Amino acid sequence: MLTAVLAIGILAALFGLLLGYSAIRFKVEGDPIVEQIDAILPQTQCGQCTYAGCRPYAEAIAAGEADINQCPPGGEATIQSLAELLGVDAKPLNAEHGVHHEKRVAIIEEQVCIGCTLCIQACPVDAILGAAKQMHTVIETECTGCELCIPPCPVDCISMVPLKQNIREWKWPYPEDEQRPIVAPAD
Amino acid sequence: MQCLMVTILEQPLKIPGGLRLSANKSQSLRAPLRQARIPARLYVPLSQHIGEAAEPLVGVGGSILKGQPIARSLSYISAPVHAPTSGRIIDIGAYPVPHPSGLKADCMVIEADGEDRAAPGSLRMEDVFEADPADIRQRVRDAGIVGLGGAGFPTSVKLNPGPGREVELLVINAAECEPYISCDEALMCCRTQEVIDGVRVMRHALHARQTVIGIEDNMPKAISCLQNGLDQAGETDIRVIAIPTVYPAGGEKQLIYTLTGEEVPSQGLPIDLGIVCHNVGTAAAVGRALLQGEPLISRVVTVTGAGVRQPANLDVRVGTPIADLIEQCGGYTDKATRLLMGGPMMGVSLPSDAMPIIKTTNCILAASRQEAPQPLPAHPCIRCGKCAEVCPASLLPQQLYWYAHARNLDKAQDYKLFDCIECGCCAQVCPSHIPLVQYYRFAKTEIWNQEREREKADIARQRHEFHLERLEREKKELQERRAKAKKALNKPKVGNADSKKAEIAAALERVKTRKAKQSVTARNTDNLSEEKQAEITKIDKRRASNPNENRP
Repeated sequence: MLTAVLAIGILAALFGLLLGYSAIRFKVEGDPIVEQIDAILPQTQCGQCTYAGCRPYAEAIAAGEADINQCPPGGEATIQSLAELLGVDAKPLNAEHGVHHEKRVAIIEEQVCIGCTLCIQACPVDAILGAAKQMHTVIETECTGCELCIPPCPVDCISMVPLKQNIREWKWPYPEDEQRPIVAPAD
Repeated sequence: MQCLMVTILEQPLKIPGGLRLSANKSQSLRAPLRQARIPARLYVPLSQHIGEAAEPLVGVGGSILKGQPIARSLSYISAPVHAPTSGRIIDIGAYPVPHPSGLKADCMVIEADGEDRAAPGSLRMEDVFEADPADIRQRVRDAGIVGLGGAGFPTSVKLNPGPGREVELLVINAAECEPYISCDEALMCCRTQEVIDGVRVMRHALHARQTVIGIEDNMPKAISCLQNGLDQAGETDIRVIAIPTVYPAGGEKQLIYTLTGEEVPSQGLPIDLGIVCHNVGTAAAVGRALLQGEPLISRVVTVTGAGVRQPANLDVRVGTPIADLIEQCGGYTDKATRLLMGGPMMGVSLPSDAMPIIKTTNCILAASRQEAPQPLPAHPCIRCGKCAEVCPASLLPQQLYWYAHARNLDKAQDYKLFDCIECGCCAQVCPSHIPLVQYYRFAKTEIWNQEREREKADIARQRHEFHLERLEREKKELQERRAKAKKALNKPKVGNADSKKAEIAAALERVKTRKAKQSVTARNTDNLSEEKQAEITKIDKRRASNPNENRP
């Protein structure tokens, strides 16, 4: 009897020590689930989810404060991935936060721009180039299409345009919405 | 040093799956290979290959000579573009190009002067069979040669096996398995010497131990032409092997399997097995460039189908509009309903004939309703498994379809979507008429797109993090500045009497030193006349009596 209790007690103490040690030794800094959620989000940093960027939204999801259907730029695909990652049911995008549309980029009408720098301050990814009283321009490749630069512009010279399609990045359409080009060659 | 054993089988294997299709090659082979007319205007796209587009070297209005480089490649996976004939560049801009998207792409528009004057070339190598492989690769690169079999991968890259890798076997792909296409057959029959030269150059550049030309057994004339040519050249090391005619035996991985029984690993390359595979047309282009000094400015194109009056094989300058080529083949017949680039199985529909021939255009098929039937409405998949029986890559097309249809791209990749060669056998036999290949193409490009989006998102994340860091830093700097200013303001203004006195003394001292610096000592005071001396004394006296007088 005593030996059994002793053996179990010693084992328990050993394992306790081991667990305690590994909890300190292999401590994970930060919440890995936040990283994983953040990796799925489109990094538009638009704030349409009501959080100050993609990472705060990821933290809110991880903390159970936000739902997974608040990201219009990510759309269904992001919701699907989040649902898979978190093991919850996918649900349609919450229309309160906006609607999903194809990616667009901001463009500044340069003749109208007065060089007020307000859009530069608003851009979350520093994709607008310019200085006070100098013309501003958007670096198209860096623009995430968050539309945060539009409200501050005092002269309304920023508009969103759909990304220009190029052959290299062209995608085959989903077959059901395809119109096969059947053209009788002109003689 | 990696050394792999590859044995060429005595009896070529039959690929798994595949279809026996009626060849329909005789139509275009009735007439011999001929030179196509040079059109008045040529539209030369800057990107005719896999990889980065080339950058124009000649501006609008510039005169050019045939064979002169007009656009250069900027990265490793790219190819330069040469002037197909002499003339003048009249525009550089977006024009329709033969691509399934129907989008326009940058082209250089050349107005031919009709003289076809050649530029002095520097591609030719006198001692090519003694030359360093690196030099050969550079020349092949300078000649703008890309794979002419269809994909357009820069050939110089494929001529480089990589450090520490030996090439056991060079396979020349002359199978030309797709119906209607006969450009390689015409090339082998009419330009045997060029082909053999090219193969020998490639073998030398790769230091390949064995070389084999794989050719479908329904081309006896081409086989005998090649064999005779090799015999005349005394080449006993290059073997011509007839393989069973079955579509798609000409796929790279399929041909390697047929000849050697080896399977290229999934997601791998033939070089992993010590094998390099080049198209026979590419070999001829290499031969032409290094032995005759002509860069890749023309290629053999099959113009065929019931929709064209005189089907033929033509040697066409790159940039020639398809309409011009059809006209040279007698124009369209009443049967023409659809225009395809490539064959009936893998070709892409072209929305118009106002597009140029590019380096990778092997066939223009003006198809009748029978040759390229309207796709029938698709029915649900009944899981009959016929597609799996004919798949030459031994995949499960019904599963790929299932997941591509559901946009479950991860699962589609698990079922080896990227090993699909898009040969179209599965769609051909599908009793439900499902456009299977369209689904695979959709899924592949969608996956690539997602990868690009992910990369962009990563960059956006970094930029946003940097943005936040910058804001934080600026805020901190502002606070520091403010704190400093505040400190300066709050400095005690009134101290004790001693310190005040010291301050006054210091101020006086400063004034003194400044005055000392400013004071002027009179010069030229030696040997003065008495009159002058008297005057000075007088002024000094006055100054002494009036201390308030301004002093220098």
